[in-house]
Amino acid sequence: MTPALRFLRWTFWQWVFGLVMLGGLYAAFVRYTQGLGSSTALSDLFPWGLWIGFDVLCGVGLAAGGFTLAAMVHIFNIERYKPILRPAILTAFLGYLLVILALLFDLGRPDRIWHPLVMWNPHSVMFEVAWCVMLYTTVLALEFSPVVFERFGWHTPVRWMRAVSIPLVIAGVLLSTLHQSSLGSLYLIVPHKLHPLWYSPLLPVFFFISAIAVGFAMTIFESYHSAKAFGKRLEMSLLTSMGRVLAVVLLVYLVLRGQDLWRLGVLARLTEARSETYLFLLEIVFTLGAMLLLFQQRIRTSQTGLYFAALLYIFGFITNRLNVSITGMEAGSGTHYLPRWTEVMVTLAIVALGFAIFRFAAKHLPVFAEEKPSVRMAAELVRVKA
Amino acid sequence: MAKAILFDAAKCIGCRLCELACAERNRLPYDEAIAAEEQLSAHKLTAVQTRGDYFVRRLCMHCLDPSCASVCPVRALYKSELGPVVYDAERCIGCRYCMLACPFQVPAYEWNSRLPRVKKCDMCFDRLQQGELTACAQACPSGATTCGDRDALIAEARRRIADNPDSYYDYIYGLEQVGGTSVLFLSPVPFEQLGMRARLPQQALPTLTWRALSHIPDIVTVGSVLLGGVWWITHRRNEVAAAERAQREKKQR
Repeated sequence: MTPALRFLRWTFWQWVFGLVMLGGLYAAFVRYTQGLGSSTALSDLFPWGLWIGFDVLCGVGLAAGGFTLAAMVHIFNIERYKPILRPAILTAFLGYLLVILALLFDLGRPDRIWHPLVMWNPHSVMFEVAWCVMLYTTVLALEFSPVVFERFGWHTPVRWMRAVSIPLVIAGVLLSTLHQSSLGSLYLIVPHKLHPLWYSPLLPVFFFISAIAVGFAMTIFESYHSAKAFGKRLEMSLLTSMGRVLAVVLLVYLVLRGQDLWRLGVLARLTEARSETYLFLLEIVFTLGAMLLLFQQRIRTSQTGLYFAALLYIFGFITNRLNVSITGMEAGSGTHYLPRWTEVMVTLAIVALGFAIFRFAAKHLPVFAEEKPSVRMAAELVRVKA
Repeated sequence: MAKAILFDAAKCIGCRLCELACAERNRLPYDEAIAAEEQLSAHKLTAVQTRGDYFVRRLCMHCLDPSCASVCPVRALYKSELGPVVYDAERCIGCRYCMLACPFQVPAYEWNSRLPRVKKCDMCFDRLQQGELTACAQACPSGATTCGDRDALIAEARRRIADNPDSYYDYIYGLEQVGGTSVLFLSPVPFEQLGMRARLPQQALPTLTWRALSHIPDIVTVGSVLLGGVWWITHRRNEVAAAERAQREKKQR
C-alpha cells in the first residue's frame, strides 16, 4: 500500500477521531466566518450554552485531579500516589488548555481574551476566574515541565523545578480552590433565574467539593484507560484506596446537598412533573449510585467495578454542571435551549483532541516512568549517612 | 444629581414615538416590521409592549447597583455618576455574563456580527451630559415618559398616586427592586399584569457575589499557612524517620 493510502488501514477509533476533527474544523469555519448567531442556538434570553456548560464548567472540573493529587503527594507526602501524579498533571494541563480553546470559540471577541489582564474589575467573579485559570495553567505548565526536560535529558532545569516545587504546588492548590468554587459563584447573582433545586448560597462550596470528587474519578478513569492502551499493570492498590476516598467525599457532598435542600425548603419541588425534577433525580442517582458502589470493597478491588463506579460519578458530575448551566436556567430565562450541531461538533472535537494529545504525550514523554520510591528512599539514606 | 426616567402606563397611548426617537438617536433602522416587534433586541433598545388594555415600555432599568456592571470582568459596563449604566464596546470581550446576570433580561447581543457588541439603552448619556432630556422623553406626546432628577421623579410619582388613587396601583416599581433602579414605573394595574418581574429581591444582587468574593483573602492567607504547615510536618516526619533508620542500621553494624 502506498503511503498516501495508508489511512485506509486506520482502526475504528482513528476513523471516528478523523471524522470528528473534520466536523469540528467545519464547525469552526462556520463559527468564525458567520458568527455566533449561525453557529449556536444562543439568544438574548439564553446567552450561555453548551460551550460554557460543558467545555468550561465540566472541563475545569474534570481537570481537578491535578491539584488534588499534587497536594496528596507533595504536601501530605503520601508518596505511594506518586506513580499516578504525572498522568493527573498532564490531564489537568491539557484540560485547562482545552478550556481556553473552548473560550476562543465562545467569546464574542476572542481576539480580546487578554483584556482581563489589563482591564480590572475585582468585583467580578469572571475576572477572578480569568486570573486564576491563567495563573493555574502557568503553574501546570511548570509542574509538567520536568517531564519534558527529562525526555531531553536536561538535568539542570529539572533541579530548578524541584527546588520550587513546593511553593508551586501550594499556589496551584490555592488557585484551584479559588476558581473551582468561583465557577459556582458565577451563578450566585441569578437567584431569580436559576431553579431552586440548584440555586443555593452554598453553590461555591458544592462546586469545590464535587470538583475534588471528580478529580479522583478522572484519575481512576484515565489510569484504567492508560493501562489498557499501553499494556501496563494497573496500580490497583492505589486506585482502590482512592476509590474509598472518593466514596467519602461523595458522602460529604450528598449530605451537604441534602441538608441544604432541606434548609431552603425546596424538596417539595420534587413532586412537580417537570424536566428539572427528572434531571435533578438523574444527577442524584448517578452520584448516589457511584457512592454506594464505592463503599463496597468487592467493587473497589475489581478493575471493572472501580472503573464503572468512577465513570458513573463522572456522568453525575457532568449532569450536575449541565443542570446548573442549562436545565436550571431555562424556566427562569423563559426559553428553551437545545445546542445546534455546530456547538456539539466543536465540543466533540475538543474532547477528541484531548484524548489524542494525551495519548501522544503519554507515548513520547516519560509520563508513566516515575522514579521508584525505593530508589528515592535509598538515595535519601545515602544523603543522611553522609 | 442622578437622572432617572419615569414611565407612567396610565398615560401611555402606545404611539411608539419613543421607539422611533430611540432608533434615530442610536442610528438603528426603524420601519413597520420593527415597530411590530415587542421584544428588546440588538436593533431595538426600547420596546412598547401591549398588555391587555395597557401599554408598557421595556428598556434598561439603569439599576442603582447594576448586576451587569458588577459581573463584567473588564469593566466594559459601569454606573455613571449621572445615573445611566454605560457600555464601552472597546473593552468588551463578549463573555455575555452581563446578559446572564441582568435581572430584567435587557442586554442584547449582535449575534450575527463577526465583531459583535452588547446593545442596550444608555439613557442617552451624551444628551444628559449636555443637560438635555432623553430622546424618548422628549418625543413622548402624552407625558407617559418623563426624565429628570430621580428624587424629583419619585416625588412626582407619589403625587400622581395621591391625586388619583383610583387610577393607580399604589406602588412605584423601581423604588426598591434589586436595590432600586433609575427607571421608575407607575401602573393602573398590578405590575405582573404588565409582564414585569414582581418577585425580585429588594437587595442589590451584587451583594450576593461579594459575600463569596470577600472570602478570597482569607482563603489565600489561611490556605497557604495551612498547606505550608502540613508540608513542614509531613516532610519533617519523613526526615526524622530516615535519620532514625540510619541510626538503627549503624547500631546493627
